[in-house]
Amino acid sequence: MSTRLQSGGRLIDRSTRAEFMFNGKRLSGHSGDTLASALLANDQMLVGRSFKYHRPRGIVAAGPEEPNALLHMGQGDRFEPNQRATTTELFAGLISSSQNHWPSLEYDVGVVNNYISRFLPAGFYYKTFIHPRAAWLHFFEPIIRKSAGLGRAPTEMDADRYEHIYGFCDVLIIGGGIAGLQAALTAGQSGQRVILLEQTPHWGGRAVVDGDEVEGESAEDWVKSALDALKTMKNVTLRNRCMGAGVYDHGYVLANERVADHTPGDGRPKQRLWRIRAGHIITATGAIERPLSFAGNDIPGVMLAASVRDYVVNYAVSPGDRTVVVTNNDDAYRTAIALVQAGLSVPVILDARPDVTGDLPARARALGIRVEAGRAIASVKGGKRVTGVQVCLQAGEGAVMEEIACDAVAMSGGWSPVVHLWSHCGGKLTWSDHLSAFVPDAARPPLNHDGSAMVTVVGAANGIYRAADIIAGTAGDGPKVPPIWVMPQGAPIQLRSKMWLDYQNDVKVSDVQLAAQEGYESVEHTKRYTTLGMATDQGKLSNINGLGVLSQALGAEIPQVGTTTFRPPYTPVTIGALAGEARGDIFQPLRRTPMHDWHDKNGAYWEPVGHWRRAYCYTRNGETHEQAVQREVNNTRENLGLLDASTLGKIIVKGPDAGRFLDLLYTGVMSTLPIGKCRYGLMCNEQGFLSDDGVVARIDADTWLCHTTSGGADRIHGWMEDWLQCEWWDWKVYTANVTEQYAQVAVVGPNARKLLEKIGGMDVSKDALPFMQWADGTLGGFPVRVYRISFSGELSYEIAIPASQGAAFWAMLNTAGAEFGAMPYGTECLHVLRAEKGFIMIGDETDGTVTPLDLGLSWAVSKKKEDFLGKRGMERTYLANPDRWQLVGLETLDGSVIPDGAYAVADGRNDNGQRNTEGRVTSTYYSPTLKRGIAMGLIKHGPQRMGQTVTFHKIDGSTVAAKIVDQVFFDKAGEKGNA
Amino acid sequence: MHDPISALNGQSFDGFAKITEIGPLGMISLRCDLGEKPLAAVLKKMGLSVPAPRRIVQAGALSVGWMSHDELLVIVPYADVQSTLETLRNALAKMHFLAVDVSDARAAFRVEGDKADQILAKLCPVDLAALAPGELRRTRAAQVAAAFWADGDGFTLVSFRSVAGYVMGLLTHSAQPGSEI
Amino acid sequence: MLTLQCPYCGVQADETELAPGYEAHLKRYGPGSSPEEFESYMFARKNPKGVHFERWRHAYGCGKWFLAARDTNTLEVFGTYPAQSSAPPADLVAKIKLKRPEWEGYK
Repeated sequence: MSTRLQSGGRLIDRSTRAEFMFNGKRLSGHSGDTLASALLANDQMLVGRSFKYHRPRGIVAAGPEEPNALLHMGQGDRFEPNQRATTTELFAGLISSSQNHWPSLEYDVGVVNNYISRFLPAGFYYKTFIHPRAAWLHFFEPIIRKSAGLGRAPTEMDADRYEHIYGFCDVLIIGGGIAGLQAALTAGQSGQRVILLEQTPHWGGRAVVDGDEVEGESAEDWVKSALDALKTMKNVTLRNRCMGAGVYDHGYVLANERVADHTPGDGRPKQRLWRIRAGHIITATGAIERPLSFAGNDIPGVMLAASVRDYVVNYAVSPGDRTVVVTNNDDAYRTAIALVQAGLSVPVILDARPDVTGDLPARARALGIRVEAGRAIASVKGGKRVTGVQVCLQAGEGAVMEEIACDAVAMSGGWSPVVHLWSHCGGKLTWSDHLSAFVPDAARPPLNHDGSAMVTVVGAANGIYRAADIIAGTAGDGPKVPPIWVMPQGAPIQLRSKMWLDYQNDVKVSDVQLAAQEGYESVEHTKRYTTLGMATDQGKLSNINGLGVLSQALGAEIPQVGTTTFRPPYTPVTIGALAGEARGDIFQPLRRTPMHDWHDKNGAYWEPVGHWRRAYCYTRNGETHEQAVQREVNNTRENLGLLDASTLGKIIVKGPDAGRFLDLLYTGVMSTLPIGKCRYGLMCNEQGFLSDDGVVARIDADTWLCHTTSGGADRIHGWMEDWLQCEWWDWKVYTANVTEQYAQVAVVGPNARKLLEKIGGMDVSKDALPFMQWADGTLGGFPVRVYRISFSGELSYEIAIPASQGAAFWAMLNTAGAEFGAMPYGTECLHVLRAEKGFIMIGDETDGTVTPLDLGLSWAVSKKKEDFLGKRGMERTYLANPDRWQLVGLETLDGSVIPDGAYAVADGRNDNGQRNTEGRVTSTYYSPTLKRGIAMGLIKHGPQRMGQTVTFHKIDGSTVAAKIVDQVFFDKAGEKGNA
Repeated sequence: MHDPISALNGQSFDGFAKITEIGPLGMISLRCDLGEKPLAAVLKKMGLSVPAPRRIVQAGALSVGWMSHDELLVIVPYADVQSTLETLRNALAKMHFLAVDVSDARAAFRVEGDKADQILAKLCPVDLAALAPGELRRTRAAQVAAAFWADGDGFTLVSFRSVAGYVMGLLTHSAQPGSEI
Repeated sequence: MLTLQCPYCGVQADETELAPGYEAHLKRYGPGSSPEEFESYMFARKNPKGVHFERWRHAYGCGKWFLAARDTNTLEVFGTYPAQSSAPPADLVAKIKLKRPEWEGYK
């Protein structure tokens, strides 16, 4: 059984008790424990079930490479799935439970998959869930969904806060072991700006666990003095609990700081995502120990050797009373020594190497530990817990020589340098036969913006394991680690099908061998076919072993088989940290007009228009939105409507060349517009397709004000600047986007003039201010610019006023207008009013493939101008084709409203067997004025087919017939607007 | 003329730094060739000078910031905007220029306290330690355009008016007690 | 995420402060141009693996367009220069040739 030792534990504080819950059981640990060490201290080795076969799974590792101990953490609004117990700091009140089992961890019915495992080989899903296709939706997919995934997704809104921070430094060092600290000291002393990150709460890496000596002192003391020195340097920033997640272009690094994971609810942000731009990156990310592939290597109690040591030394936790050590290298002997020194039993060290020499084996032997060379584990005995091992020759086929009782197995297949961060941005690897591992190839580094090497790798991440070598900067040449990919070497299928490579995704040695037999030669394909390394641990333990097995099966060398691509993040980063502050009210910028609060208090039903919020309608007295829109339309046509038009784009264009510039920008002529007058204009892109429209006002001799659509202000301003900066840069034109400087109110309806005359201040009579003119003045004491323009067909004044007075002006108009029946109206009413008049709307009648000529707007396209943006595009034969669909009005025969976007079908079928079409609806509304459905649409030869009927298909399969009519449904003579 | 109301009417928040929406502040966007003599002359008359790239020059209640190689931001008391516009238009009449009132198109914030820089570091991809004295930095704050400069016990930050509520939300979130570095 | 130095304001701008504008030094063909010329202007874009000239706008900074020479494969930035240039500056071309001897040159 696993238990807490009576003494020791360099990281725990025995004077504290931290009560926590696991699967409803109340357990206790100490401050300084990880959740994994506390579980082991309570003899809770079994922590989960595997993904496919639901086999019992125990804790294997002590760090971020842990594949099995993924737990549900917290509850309610702090619930999180897939938290690794090995990297979770214990705190009092922690609540956790195992995942992926039903009905309970101890008794899981899914384990039936284990007994039919030979029917679930590699590629099972690809081979099985193919036909019949109809079965996908109702049969295959629900099964796969139910058995897929590990943790359960949270259902409540996350109670915690997350944030980002931008960091800058000359040198970023990732990893706070001896190598990282040494690099930070060097860079810090040279005066460079340094950031040093360590993913755990503790500094010093492995050396402090293993009791190494560094520069004549204990690693513990060396680390302490290094930290003290670094803390005095103002140019050095130290962050622990901060994982270097990914390396990206030009020295950009993401790092995730777990600020308050271990102190939930203390008011600090839970996690902080560092977005660091570094001049140079040094990775000191250490190495990860590899498992060995022997039968039963997934039975709870089989652990990585160094992790066993971590539990004993750091947490005074013994994973078992009797631990068999199995290895192909010297390092695992440290575990045997640590166990014996802690008073525990190591019945045998099984070393796959035929000759075992060296200091560490000698020390183990001196302690009286039995060392067997050339031996392997034939099979581990046990179900939910190891009970013993069967010993065989590594060189043989697994004939059992001896059975040794034990309750834990510590395995070491050698170490794999953590090359992830080196590789993320293109750093290449080279295979070291000496270490049996991939190491960074310094000749092929990831490159920075200036073409220089962006990353340097130090320490164990570079295959240099001994502290003395790290400090001295020497290469180091420890004993060769022989590749042991399968144990024993000649294991038959019965054993190979019980050798686990990927614990999380349930991939076995036999699966990879089957893939190779079936012709999978590429490691990338094998990975996807077998799912090796595709779980949340991204193959930290399994990739190299899987590659070794594949290369043997293919009879090729590992460098020829290659490796899969390392992609960020190094360990999973929660979505909350990536989102940072962008949640709730500040999920995205919401643009508010100066009158926003008034609308909100007066029944506005909001509609997003770009990032703006505009009132769709204002409901009153329990109306539906539809009823409100109809009321607003009728009231505006009969009395007086007020529209907040502040979002309309307003761009000032000034200069000696402004006129000719606008003549190139608009399809029409703006240079001839007299001062004081307004003109409607269209803008096209170079292809000749409509891009924006609006009214232009001539302010003075060299100044124009261009109105754009609400969504188009920034885009059109950018478009103007693009041409001025990049094409006609010697022209004297300046632009300014003054959209937000002004609130704008449309005062619309037969009573519009009455209201303005009542509040008074300037002459707004037809003679003083006729249609399509503007004037400056005051109204009700407000400084205003009044435009006589109309998008509704009614008598209409659009009034611009400084934004800081917009709310007051709007409130005054509403109050003063009450006697004239003034009511605010929203964007839907605006749409109905303009559709009744046949006015186009950019984005409804246009979709980026529609020309002015398609919309019957040839009157707004100059024939005289030699050039304007889009002129050449429009001359293309395709756009001049008379068969193009053109804008017309549509009246349903039964008065109903045609569904938005409906297509008119024609006779026959196209080459794809689809019904031919001859048009589509672009705008469609119920017209309260005409009391019937009206629409505009683009119809083939439409303007020549007035009075004909076309048929539109609805989604439900039924059809609606509509007559082609003139698109101006109301006040064709335009008398009302001109009043 | 009615009393001008700033975008958030002076909202504030006390976190580990103090956030205050200030204003209304008079701002004029001035576009012209920055090397022209009449420009230097009129700024000199105001006690200012043509700022170097990315710098802001301050003199009492007046400032002028470099926005681009052909654009300055002139900051004056709100009540003086129209007269300053007149002054500029008269002084620059003979050259090609554009001067417009953008006071109401903007929102301005003060971020004050020992750790005010951390608030900006959480929102802007800017190396604040490398910020030169008198530097005006145009950048983004999370998802919107912003400009800021160090001033007194903190920073002045300017954004567009329509997103003032969003910017206040960002600053408030970033200034929460306990989230200082 | 790239960094590019804005040649106008000198800021080493983060990619998130910039807006991309695709290929640089396009020649505009307007009315009167042949279909082939217009096609080349509208649609024919280079897509090299290697040296490329691009338009970028310092959108969250000074608002100005500028041009950049960049290796699309290694992401090395050879230099940036004002948009008011109809061809890359000679010294930049020389610098690129030195770094990429196999480069066929501009145009």
